[in-house]
Amino acid sequence: LAPWVPVVGLEIHAQISSNSKLFSGSQVQFAAPPNSLVSFFDASLPGTLPVLNRRCVEAAVMTGLALNCSINKKSLFDRKHYFYADLPAGYQITQQRVPIAVNGSLSYSLCIDNKMSQMVTKTVRIKQIQLEQDSGKSLHDDTRNQTLVDLNRAGVGLMEVVMEPDMCCGEEAAAAVRELQLILQTLGSSQAVMAEGQLRVDANVSVHHPGEPYGVRTEVKNINSLRFLAKAVDYEIQRQIEELENGGTILNETRAFDSRLGCTMPMRDKEGKQDYRFMPEPNLPPLILYDAKSLPANMNHQQVVNIDWIQDRLPDLPSVKRAKLVEQYGILPEHSFTLLNEDGLTEFFENVVKQTHMKPKKVIGWIIKDLLSYLKQHSLTVKESPVSPFLLADLLNLLEKKVISSTAAKQVLAELWKGEGKTPLEIVKEKNLELLQDQKELEQICQAVIDGQENEVIMVLLG
Amino acid sequence: PRHRGSRFQVSAALQEGRVSPTELCQRCLSLIRSTRFLNAYITVAEETALKQAEESEKRYGRGQPLGVLDGIPIAVKDNFNTAGIETTCASNMLKGYISPYNATVVQKLLDQGAVLLGKTNLDEFAMGSGSTDGAFGPVRNPWSYSRQYKEKSVPKSHSEDKESDWVITGGSSGGSAAAVSSFTCFAALGSDTGGSTRNPAAHCGVVGLKPTYGLISRHGLVPLVNSMDVPGILTRCVDDAAIVLGSLAGHDPKDSTTIQDDFKPFELPSLTDVSKLSIGIPKEYHAPGLSSEILSLWSKAADLFKNAGAKVIEVSLPHTRYSIVCYHVLCTAEVASNMARFDGLEYGHRSDMNQSTESMYAATRREGFNDVVRGRILSGNYFLLKQNYEDYFIKAQKVRRLIADDFVKVFGSGVHVLLTPTTLSDAVPYKEFIKEDNRTRSTQDDILTQAANMAGLPAINVPTALSERGLPVGLQFIGRSFQEKQLLTVAKWFEKQVKFPMIQLEEVKRHDHGIFQHQKSASFS
Repeated sequence: LAPWVPVVGLEIHAQISSNSKLFSGSQVQFAAPPNSLVSFFDASLPGTLPVLNRRCVEAAVMTGLALNCSINKKSLFDRKHYFYADLPAGYQITQQRVPIAVNGSLSYSLCIDNKMSQMVTKTVRIKQIQLEQDSGKSLHDDTRNQTLVDLNRAGVGLMEVVMEPDMCCGEEAAAAVRELQLILQTLGSSQAVMAEGQLRVDANVSVHHPGEPYGVRTEVKNINSLRFLAKAVDYEIQRQIEELENGGTILNETRAFDSRLGCTMPMRDKEGKQDYRFMPEPNLPPLILYDAKSLPANMNHQQVVNIDWIQDRLPDLPSVKRAKLVEQYGILPEHSFTLLNEDGLTEFFENVVKQTHMKPKKVIGWIIKDLLSYLKQHSLTVKESPVSPFLLADLLNLLEKKVISSTAAKQVLAELWKGEGKTPLEIVKEKNLELLQDQKELEQICQAVIDGQENEVIMVLLG
Repeated sequence: PRHRGSRFQVSAALQEGRVSPTELCQRCLSLIRSTRFLNAYITVAEETALKQAEESEKRYGRGQPLGVLDGIPIAVKDNFNTAGIETTCASNMLKGYISPYNATVVQKLLDQGAVLLGKTNLDEFAMGSGSTDGAFGPVRNPWSYSRQYKEKSVPKSHSEDKESDWVITGGSSGGSAAAVSSFTCFAALGSDTGGSTRNPAAHCGVVGLKPTYGLISRHGLVPLVNSMDVPGILTRCVDDAAIVLGSLAGHDPKDSTTIQDDFKPFELPSLTDVSKLSIGIPKEYHAPGLSSEILSLWSKAADLFKNAGAKVIEVSLPHTRYSIVCYHVLCTAEVASNMARFDGLEYGHRSDMNQSTESMYAATRREGFNDVVRGRILSGNYFLLKQNYEDYFIKAQKVRRLIADDFVKVFGSGVHVLLTPTTLSDAVPYKEFIKEDNRTRSTQDDILTQAANMAGLPAINVPTALSERGLPVGLQFIGRSFQEKQLLTVAKWFEKQVKFPMIQLEEVKRHDHGIFQHQKSASFS
């Protein structure tokens, strides 16, 4: 059987972290009472007009720069038409013709064969980033045969990040999205919490034989975690391969991921190809951005969005942070990934390092192997850790001073997890875990052991 | 003697206490009642108007009027949002719809102390050129009942209904034009997308100003074509239009298509010397169907300028004949888009059909829109289909650019203002008008006014003379972008020369207590 080449592209919608919506002044807030954050414009009252939110533009520029994109100094807004209960105006304002940023790239890393020790770096091309409105939410109440519409989310600013089909499996897709998430959170342009709907991923999946053209692709929606993303993509790849090997065809359709069953299903609503009848948004002039060169002399940066000004103020991106951690502390690259991957772990690590004489290269093992695995076992976040950086540093200092052995240290740590407020030294004394420092005492113990093993001693002496 | 400067005659009367705001308001309301047969108003806001008048009176009492417009009764076309007062757009879709906010232009007028008498009738969603296709019935041109018209009409046999000879107002701002023409208010807001303010102004013998696109905020104006709509101003004289313009123009942060530049309200000079003026006569505006009467009037007007020393030259706007087709594509495309929000879900009419969301939407829209609106939506969606977009929408945009460039060239060559007819003929009787469908009528009637909307230019109808049938005929001046002062100055000079007669309406005479009687009190300036 000829090999199959799976091809995965992603469309990621990231909610912009801003006080108000993309085109209106109503507030952006998660889980507010239904229809309590809806302005006249959001409700599409006749005669209302969009007014562009500057903060949203800045967020998109930041994100574009962080993803190595070219920022379009002139971009345009368009209307995308379709009828749905959660779209009050009957169209979404988006950027179809000329988006705000294009042609970027994102580097991400994967472990080969699940071994943290072997990491490989991959790159995915970013086709574009566009600004667009989020829709409201509609909930189907089948018992009463009605649809409930909540417009709180309608009009919230989104950045749609389009990743080219450079990925080949669920793991790559998840890793790429994870890295994007970290970047967005570092920039502050989006909080990117998938569970709160701030980061939504649609996957485009197809398979083909090497050398042949790309196969028909399906779009998989309704994925709300990284784990499910990987699962959904891999399932879909498998499904398509099986379908084709059995002589079937792949339909260019939209499928939803069912997390309970672990499979993708065709979506009811999206039948046939939609013609969105794109039209320029007549109420918004072209969006003009400036840089240091093009900024007119009489304008200050507060009146306009200046790309260079934003570039100068970008924080260290995750890749830079990791490199700095490796350089500063002598830890391995895969360690730096783990540190950044857990919210608050880097800070924890750095705090411990500050408070102990133990070399960071040794501290990292305790952080990743002991602390993190404990937290994972008990489903705790770093912030919820019963062991503080101070306590851990205290314990590691005992180890460093050879007051206890590393085995003993693990025992002390196990006690510390209980969170009973005892210091490491207290636990050491309690459990009598001190290392013997007396040379004579040690010799006596060794001699006693040797004396008790006569036969073995003779074997060793005989060679 | 007229006051100099920009004081309104009625304003002067209010200032001097010769009439009080509440008296003025009462008289206008009373006149509205007596002229109900015109069907110019959809909603009359008696209670709120009287309250506003009372507030105004208090201010005058303290010697602190808000400005020239304080206490002046005005009317607003029913496609402008008015908080607490029904806004219907003359459609079943919005019957009973009470908007929670005021359009910016409405708010500005209210902030100046103007008294809002009510909402005027129009073609449904401003689609039409007769003000005959609204859910509340057609508007009747007040001149139908004027002595001037009756004197010229062929006497009818007693078996024929005299009432059925009434003529249309033109559209789509017919209600506003009729309201101003019949003296029920001193100024009215209309809207202008293809001529909807100038056309009824011409037929009703009033001044109709279309400002430059981007000068006045559209926030709160229910859109027809976002890229062409402007709020229009209807008054009985050019000076009044200038004053209303002054109170409305300027950047609105709520409307991103308004220009940022500061607008300075101006006083209209009384031009005496027109020798430095260059008037352009675009030959393409000698359109097919132009009545010989109007052609002659246009020619006389050109001579008027020439004899006064102005330079009058023939110019060419070669792409004029494409403007109607171009407009049809761009207008219907925007209509299809703008009307998509009317689904019955958030506001407005909602059908009882509730089998599914789709069926509810479909039934709501079928029930809520008349067939003019539905026809334009279908056309517009056709032009916006992916396979048609390039051939129709993009092409139309290119043609639009050519039309706009025609004007740029002509104005760039030194012409200050263009002089053209506003309509092809005087107002036709309703019975005749409805023989052709809305689309055909719009196509015919918009030809002289449409291009100014394409190019975003300011234009104004000035009532010029009465036709042989005793009905008003107006002429249009088209000006340079944002040069309203120049445009209105020329218009004012012309207005002074032609001395258009006042309407002789029985109802107005009956209500007149010296306020409306004389020509000079017909205006507020």
